[in-house]
Amino acid sequence: MEKNLALVLLLSPFIGFLFNVFFGKKVSKGLSGAIGTIAVVVSFLVSICFFTQLNQNGKGFEISLFDWIQVSNFKLDFGILLDQLSLLWLLFVTGIGSLIHLYSISYMHDDENMHKFFAYLNLFIFFMITLVVGNNLLVMFIGWEGVGLCSYLLIGFWYKNQPYNDAAKKAFIMNRIGDLGFLIGMFLIAYVFSTLNYTEIQTLVIKGETNSSLLSVAALCLFIGACGKSAQLPLYTWLPDAMAGPTPVSALIHAATMVTAGIFMITRMNFLFDITPDVQNIIAIVGAITSLVAASIGLLQNDIKKVLAYSTVSQLGLMFLALGFGAYNVAVFHVITHAFFKACLFLGSGSVIHALHGEQDMRNMGGLKKYMPITFWTMMISTLAISGIFPFAGFWSKDEILMTAFEHNTTLWVVASVASLMTAFYMFRLMYLTFFKEFRGTEEQKHHLHESPSLITIPLIILAVLAAIGGAINLPGSMWLNHFLEPILVAKHEAHELGAHEFMLMGIALAGAIIAIIWAYSKYIKQSFVPKEDTQMVGFYKTIYNKYYVDEFYTFLIVKPLNGLSNFFRTTLEPALGQIVFSLGTLANGISNQGRKIQTGSVGLYLFAFVLGLCAIISYLFIAR
Amino acid sequence: MGNILNQIGIENYIFLSVLLFCIGVFGVLYRRNAIIVFMSIEIMLNAVNLLFVAFSTYHQDAEGQIFVFFSMAVAAAEVAVGLAILVSIFRNLGSIEIDKLKNLKG
Repeated sequence: MEKNLALVLLLSPFIGFLFNVFFGKKVSKGLSGAIGTIAVVVSFLVSICFFTQLNQNGKGFEISLFDWIQVSNFKLDFGILLDQLSLLWLLFVTGIGSLIHLYSISYMHDDENMHKFFAYLNLFIFFMITLVVGNNLLVMFIGWEGVGLCSYLLIGFWYKNQPYNDAAKKAFIMNRIGDLGFLIGMFLIAYVFSTLNYTEIQTLVIKGETNSSLLSVAALCLFIGACGKSAQLPLYTWLPDAMAGPTPVSALIHAATMVTAGIFMITRMNFLFDITPDVQNIIAIVGAITSLVAASIGLLQNDIKKVLAYSTVSQLGLMFLALGFGAYNVAVFHVITHAFFKACLFLGSGSVIHALHGEQDMRNMGGLKKYMPITFWTMMISTLAISGIFPFAGFWSKDEILMTAFEHNTTLWVVASVASLMTAFYMFRLMYLTFFKEFRGTEEQKHHLHESPSLITIPLIILAVLAAIGGAINLPGSMWLNHFLEPILVAKHEAHELGAHEFMLMGIALAGAIIAIIWAYSKYIKQSFVPKEDTQMVGFYKTIYNKYYVDEFYTFLIVKPLNGLSNFFRTTLEPALGQIVFSLGTLANGISNQGRKIQTGSVGLYLFAFVLGLCAIISYLFIAR
Repeated sequence: MGNILNQIGIENYIFLSVLLFCIGVFGVLYRRNAIIVFMSIEIMLNAVNLLFVAFSTYHQDAEGQIFVFFSMAVAAAEVAVGLAILVSIFRNLGSIEIDKLKNLKG
């Protein structure tokens, strides 16, 4: 029963994918979208079913589907592990996935390849479920690669646009670098433990009879994998470029679900990271720096989706900060709240872009509040949530992270706090530039301004409600999420006692956020400041606007030398090798041209040669005797 | 049998065989008609067969004679195939002069 239900959970989106691949073009767009959506909703319902079951039993279960690999003492089965962690992820992946599928029906309705879009989205959900429910690292790796593939396909969905293709390739290649780390980490773990099954590794780690230096390397490699997938320094540059994809994709894959895979993996392997404190330190530092760098870049971006993309990178950095301190439950809490409000923000920005017929530059927006009230209010709630304003969801989760950071390391707390202030600033900058003041676009655009249809606004409203109240799952006092996650975390994480200290920290964070908002207000509302044209940027502004020239730096450091090398091989080495091969061919050709002349075609001559040869052989035989 | 061989002598058989073989060789070399060339080859073959039989009797050993049966059977098959090829050549070219068969020129 459970096995069948788990198969339904896993295969429902895959069937949706198959349908849309093979029949999507033949049926109407509405049906294609509806089937894609239903496939995910089914998975969501099954997840809820498992979730209630888990709440009654109190512990998860593991199902082995089949034996997969068996080599000497290494044995691996293809199994499903449904425990607290994977069910949490399933709930929000399939839940938010359903909403975004629903949204896409309307958003992508004018696209000629809508069935393809839904096929890819369904395939993504399938791989994401595989990633989450696997009971060993190899199954996770299948999902890990699969979601990377879907991300590539969807970023380059509008494949007729070359920059979009480049963005897709960049995302894929950056992810490959991380994947290599994941692979090496996995190999090391297989080498040390002779197994990749989570439960077995956990047992072995707790026994503690292992080579810890190798484990540190393994943990570091896994973290590099997480860096690639979750867009951390130095592999984050693909995520902002990934905004080339359709907006629902940005919301689903590049904000809410896929990019949190790295956090999922580290939480899954928490027992491993707990015994490698050096790697944990690296994670915390990388997380903090990423959050600061990305937030500062976000301050000056003018593309509405780019702002949100850098915001995503920055928030992911905060989650990694929490992971680095071993506060896995806090990171998971932020993953969930972030999924709510960031999905809402992206979908809201999609609604705006939809209304403006593809305009993404905030300098050409403004004053949309009165035209699109639902979009405005839902985005406003999410913005308040991401800025960490009481009592929205982001406040609780971000505050937990900051408190954890404060307990462990004051410097990193300062860095993370500054990043949070910047978040509040650029998010309100986005809101002010988009929705307030007068419309700055063309007259024709103004004429067409409208609120989006209900298929777009309903997911927005649901997500906004979740962004508002989502913090309730882990309110100080009840701490439902912490208790829920306890069985899967090895090291116990003490809940913060609400003392004067904590209230002070909350106060500081809140006050900082409000100051940042007021600052944004005075700059963009009072002074009606609109960002300058690209060419008028000077000095440090220009550096930040151009993302610290990180892309250019990578181009200079890696792409250019690589291109140079390839060019050398192509123009010098390949012709040289080719010359050798060709000259062999020419030689053979010359020899056979000479040999050709012997074949005169005259049968008489052949016979003569034959008799002569016979005589020669006979005389030789006589003489040799 | 032994008597006959004694009366005539093994040398004469060898001379006859060599003579036949040489006739065959010259036939192959000098004649231009494919059928005659073919016949010459048959003569060479039979010269060898004759030698086989002669030596077989000389050595009082039946193996050589058995071998000749094989050789004749194979020669019959070979003649059938060879004549078929010649017929086919004649149909295509209208002639079986071997000088005209120059299609194999490299």
